[in-house]
Amino acid sequence: MKAPPKHAPKRIASTADLRKFQRLMATAVMRPLTAQDGLQPRWIDGRSMEKVAAEFVKPNDRLSSFERLQLYNRMYWFRLFDAIRDDCPGLIAALGERAFDRLAQAYIEKRPSRSFTLRDLCSRLERFIVDNPRLTAPRTALAAEVARFEWAQTVAFDGESRPVLPAEILARTQPSRLRLAIQPYVTLLDLKYPIDSYMIRVKRRDTLRSEASNTPGAASHAGRRRRRAALPGRARTFVAVHRLDNRLFYKRLDPAAFRVLSALSRGATLTVAVAAAGPRVIPARVRQWFKVWMALGWFCERGNKARGRAS
Amino acid sequence: MPANRFNGQTEYGVGIGLRVPHYSHILSKKPTVDWFEIISENFMVEGGRPLELLDTILEQYRVVQHGVSMYFGSADKPDRAHLRRLKNLVKRTNTPWLSDHLCWGSVDGSYTHDLLPMPYTFAAARRTAQKIRQIRDFLEVPICVENVSSYAEFHASEMTEWEFLTEVVEIADCGILLDVNNIYVSSKNHDFNPYDYVNNIPHQRVGQMHIAGHTKFEKYILDTHDHPVLDPVWKLYAHATRLCGVTATLLEWDDKIPSFDEVHNEALKANEFIDGAKKAAM
Repeated sequence: MKAPPKHAPKRIASTADLRKFQRLMATAVMRPLTAQDGLQPRWIDGRSMEKVAAEFVKPNDRLSSFERLQLYNRMYWFRLFDAIRDDCPGLIAALGERAFDRLAQAYIEKRPSRSFTLRDLCSRLERFIVDNPRLTAPRTALAAEVARFEWAQTVAFDGESRPVLPAEILARTQPSRLRLAIQPYVTLLDLKYPIDSYMIRVKRRDTLRSEASNTPGAASHAGRRRRRAALPGRARTFVAVHRLDNRLFYKRLDPAAFRVLSALSRGATLTVAVAAAGPRVIPARVRQWFKVWMALGWFCERGNKARGRAS
Repeated sequence: MPANRFNGQTEYGVGIGLRVPHYSHILSKKPTVDWFEIISENFMVEGGRPLELLDTILEQYRVVQHGVSMYFGSADKPDRAHLRRLKNLVKRTNTPWLSDHLCWGSVDGSYTHDLLPMPYTFAAARRTAQKIRQIRDFLEVPICVENVSSYAEFHASEMTEWEFLTEVVEIADCGILLDVNNIYVSSKNHDFNPYDYVNNIPHQRVGQMHIAGHTKFEKYILDTHDHPVLDPVWKLYAHATRLCGVTATLLEWDDKIPSFDEVHNEALKANEFIDGAKKAAM
């Protein structure tokens, strides 16, 4: 967002005035809350926020201009905090409540939503963690991988599905000319930690906590008091996060199988991709992999967006 | 109005919002519901479970799309990619009309994900109406704009909220989704008579109504959608129905959502007021 005007327009007589007004109010609404969950007492240029709010927000006999603006400021942060917490149970469990809240506040402040939907809120979180390691130290590497994994789950949940490539096309095309695409909802992950089994533990723990209580709202209350889950030790892990019958799945991959899928996703021909498996992998094993991947419906025709995603 | 060009000449009755906690009940019990309102953004995705569920619902129920991110009042131009996605969904649902809010919420491509109130000025009304026309022409479906609840007013405003709403819908030649609860909430927060609001809008443009619950705090009221509809809102709804005619009505219940039956039964209370309006008209 561009810088707000120094003063609110006295009249809104054009679209340009409207834009100035909206930049000013959006800046106020999106500013971080104080430790007491209030609107900051000073504006970005150091002036009293009371005075700045009074320039454009009318008071009434119960609420000052500042207090009225504060309602929107709070609602903004509470809404976005709720959304990011919903999407990041693994990251909360890995970092703990306080560290996660610090990260979430910094992320929302520095990378405000650029999408019409909160579904996309965490699309840039992994990059932000990598670029700002102090916020998650000493667990930055783990946090970045958990964030990448949780975003892959979002993609697997409602990402695009393209028509599955018919088996006869595979059968009748020369492997040296055949380029397969992987479904856009499949994310291939090369991880330093076994995040898949970690996420299963986090989900199982949260489910058990929720089932253990019969009071309404207990699940979310328990969520607020989440403790760190046992953190995974380092172990290189290859996983595909995908869906089958519209249910989310994690599939562990053999390192050679991961190399084959990654090569395909980069646009390699079938011949080149299979060669990426390496000389020690026997052809029967490769055929078996392809049989499974085809049964899962992972291959589709190449299109503008149908490029498998390896990271 | 029972059927008009703003609601696709339909005569829908009382509906409820399609919400996640009710999915399994709806799919397994197949309750009789006149229509469901969906939040468009929840289904503006490219695949997976949301679209599968929507297609199943569409096989058995009438669906109307309601949006929360069009931001007719934002100074930014309409986002073409967003509109294309929305149009794909319109084709999928065959919604007879589409609604979104008379508000803004994004600027320079940054989103607050809130329904922020407009400064009620003639220039803002013209800009907003121009965007509504552009969007309607692209989507090729009637549009109803909904009045929002608000907690702030601005020095720059040149008219009342209902005058602003009227100005916008007359210039845009579009419909109104009259949210009776929002009128009540704003009337308490801004000290105006809610009946003045309802009396002074173009009734022939009302294509749909919303009812909902709210929460009272010491100094203001919040539009929380987490309660049954309160009596003053029902009274205002009855008054609006007498003026506008029997109109497609939707109960919004978005937080602390109780069982499907509880939500549906609360919505069906609207029929008492609809019957009253019908008798009064005879």
